Amino acid sequence: MSTHTEHQAPAGREPLDVHDPRLSRFEVVQEGARRDDIEIVHYEPQVVPGSKAERRLTRTVALMFLLTGAAATAFLIIYIWWPWEWAPGRGGDKYFTPLLGLSLGIALLGIGFGILTWGKKLLPKEVSIQDRHDQPSSPEDRKITGETMLFLADEMGVRRRPLLGVSLLAGLVPVGAVVAAPLIGGLISDPHKNNQMFTTGFKPENGKKIRLVREDGRPLRPADVSVGGQLTVFPGINGGVSNKHADSPTLLIHLREEDAQKSREANARIGHGDYMWGNFAAYSKICTHAGCPASLYEQQTNRLLCPCHQSQFLITDNAKPVFGPASRRLPQLPIEVDAEGFFVARSDYTETIGPDFWERP
Amino acid sequence: MKRRKFDVAAVPARSAGALDDRFQAATPLRKLLNKVFPDHWSFLLGEIALFSFIVLILTGVFLTFFFEPAMTEVIYNGSYAPLRGTPMSAAYASSLNLSFDVRGGLIMRQMHHWAALLFMASIVVHMLRVFFTGAFRKPRETNWIIGSLLFWVGFLAGFTGYSLPDDGLSGTGLRIASGIMLSIPVIGSWVTSSIFGGEFPGTIIISRFFIAHVLLIPGLLVALISVHLGLVFKQKHTQWPGPGRTNENVVGERMFPRYALKQGGFFMVVFGVIALMGGLFQINPIWYFGPYEAWVVSAASQPDWYVMFLDGSTRLMPAWEINIPIGDGYVIPPLFWPTVVLPGILVGLSLLYPFLEARRLKDYRHHNLLQRPRDVPARTAAGAMAVAFFIVLTLSGGNDVIADKFHISLNAMTWAGRIGLLILPPLAYYFTYRICLGLQQHDREVLAHGVETGIIKRLPDGRFVEVHQPLSEADHDGHGALDYVGWVVPKKMNRLGALGPAIRGFFYPIEKPAEAPVSPGHPPVETRPEREEITSGESRR
Repeated sequence: MSTHTEHQAPAGREPLDVHDPRLSRFEVVQEGARRDDIEIVHYEPQVVPGSKAERRLTRTVALMFLLTGAAATAFLIIYIWWPWEWAPGRGGDKYFTPLLGLSLGIALLGIGFGILTWGKKLLPKEVSIQDRHDQPSSPEDRKITGETMLFLADEMGVRRRPLLGVSLLAGLVPVGAVVAAPLIGGLISDPHKNNQMFTTGFKPENGKKIRLVREDGRPLRPADVSVGGQLTVFPGINGGVSNKHADSPTLLIHLREEDAQKSREANARIGHGDYMWGNFAAYSKICTHAGCPASLYEQQTNRLLCPCHQSQFLITDNAKPVFGPASRRLPQLPIEVDAEGFFVARSDYTETIGPDFWERP
Repeated sequence: MKRRKFDVAAVPARSAGALDDRFQAATPLRKLLNKVFPDHWSFLLGEIALFSFIVLILTGVFLTFFFEPAMTEVIYNGSYAPLRGTPMSAAYASSLNLSFDVRGGLIMRQMHHWAALLFMASIVVHMLRVFFTGAFRKPRETNWIIGSLLFWVGFLAGFTGYSLPDDGLSGTGLRIASGIMLSIPVIGSWVTSSIFGGEFPGTIIISRFFIAHVLLIPGLLVALISVHLGLVFKQKHTQWPGPGRTNENVVGERMFPRYALKQGGFFMVVFGVIALMGGLFQINPIWYFGPYEAWVVSAASQPDWYVMFLDGSTRLMPAWEINIPIGDGYVIPPLFWPTVVLPGILVGLSLLYPFLEARRLKDYRHHNLLQRPRDVPARTAAGAMAVAFFIVLTLSGGNDVIADKFHISLNAMTWAGRIGLLILPPLAYYFTYRICLGLQQHDREVLAHGVETGIIKRLPDGRFVEVHQPLSEADHDGHGALDYVGWVVPKKMNRLGALGPAIRGFFYPIEKPAEAPVSPGHPPVETRPEREEITSGESRR
């Protein structure tokens, strides 16, 4: 069933006259390939023209293309008429995206596999050999190009007139700086403006102590947190809950009696003796490792876990890191209760909040 | 005057001639049509990356029509009821609108994300292929470097892309990124503050990431990909050793029509698979995460898979803080090493590898033939070591999920990762090296003694021996004389044509099976002329 066209490249072969009317089209193609140093050494139709196999393959490919048309039409119909808007309970959108994906996927796969079958099964198989020609340029060419480039330099006369080179350089360097200056100058921003890296929203305003408030902005009384419980609190200032004060979220923990005792002793050891109020302690929620909120508090062991990189802080030991990559304890917020019975921060944090950096004292 | 008759059949030839008059296109076009490509399935891995990139651009352009890269606070009032009335950034609100209020927006978003994952995955697999087969050797070092850079630029594209929706998960990722920048000694706080426009999160980072993600990085990717493809075209593809294949030629098929058709079909298949994934598999359901708030995070916060190895290295890093007691004191935080130094080392190593290997082997020749991984045990083992390193880090990036699902202590997972990171890569090196040597040995054995036939022969003295099928005529000392040529050695009888499928065709025979040769001395026992031919299943004859 196969037509082999085996070929040996004869050395020093005469080029064919491609205008010769006796030549077949394939012979012309072969001659063209030879002129590009390609030898078509094997060319074999995979199916006999008119055979049952050919007809079947043709039908298969045609079927795939028609499937594409059907699926694409289905896509359009679904896209236009399927109830797609999200609505609670109705679930109209539940099948919208999957059906779009399914119909689009089938359409594309149909055309893809159709083309692949066409190319792989119906077209003749061939083996061609092409010379790489990846030798370097000839020494002569290298020499010529090299000399040309050196001659360029001679023509420019930089060596004879060094002042030109030096002055050009002296002119260009500032131009380069001009390109960079607006970019750097525009982007640069002093990290220590307003001492922003070392202050939080809890910094007293005009001597007025800042209240600890909940997510919804309401201030907080000691009775609001049950024993063993914890609550995220924010500075009671304008925008204190928002990301504008991303360094301020604080965890207020109501420790059990014995834990509170341990915690007070630990506080006293580092000179934070009066940071707690009663059995309440407040620690920054911003992990000192990479800045994620360390928000998983395990009541039994009094450990606070940061879910990003699993640093663990022991609350009863000044929130010292006990496991994981964090190297610095969570800063503690000194708290007390004001005359109206709400929690306030006695002062701002006394240590730096958030991830470590070079100049952190 | 008689009007010349317009000859429709001559139009193509005439216009082609007119074109050639102006652009002299015939010769270069013939060269292009004739260019020979070697064919092997593994050469298509890079194509998947290219095709995913095209899908990324198509879907990405769609997304930009609806996405609003701003951090202005708005109150959400779209059709997703659970979040209605929530204050959030305009970026997050417009991403929600893309998912719920733009018809077909969700599938575009999901296709874009899946295409990105596939883009990075195919880059990695393609790099492994290039590495293990030695395709990066001279003269292709430049393309190896460009390929490595493509991974890192793709990494940046991915990170800036999935940060854009400004949802709870990606905001946490941004927070970590700011922590990483902060950890750089001396300039860290300046870099962070300059990029974020002040203290984290500021109000400008999403706009900056947006322009990086839709203009700067794609521009860089397009430039790198163009040079990459141009160099493949100029330097021609590598090929496996095999009959007729030398270092000086390319054996394969001409680009047109068959190779190009297959490429076109393959593109459609990749596109189709991405469409299926985008429609059927949910990815990054940002509406569950809520807007980014600095104090909210959930367990199982993982980045996209290609970032997970850095997350893993960050988790495994011990809390080693370096304090410099000068003046007020300075710090190099532990975060610096796994997130800045480690990627730096990885970039450097991957860029330099071709030169390091050439230097070690003192091999400065051109190589156009690929090597089987077993034939270069040291390189293969080094590659396995790198893969083991990457896998330990990636798994550690999800160690909290593993600990949760398998009820393992989280701390035990961290320690397993730390120990595994030190122990597994050398083990991988050792075992891979031994396996390579074993495979080499077996190749030589088959060449010398032949293929195992599975036939056991009992000798007159009672011994059992296995019959081997030699691959060539035995020479005087009873051994085959075949040399190993760097290509597959047949190891099973059906590779030699024995035990091949008797009838071609999957469900029914494609062609009538050849008549079994009949030995002249022994006529068939019985031939009943009325007997029907036995066929397998339905016959369409």
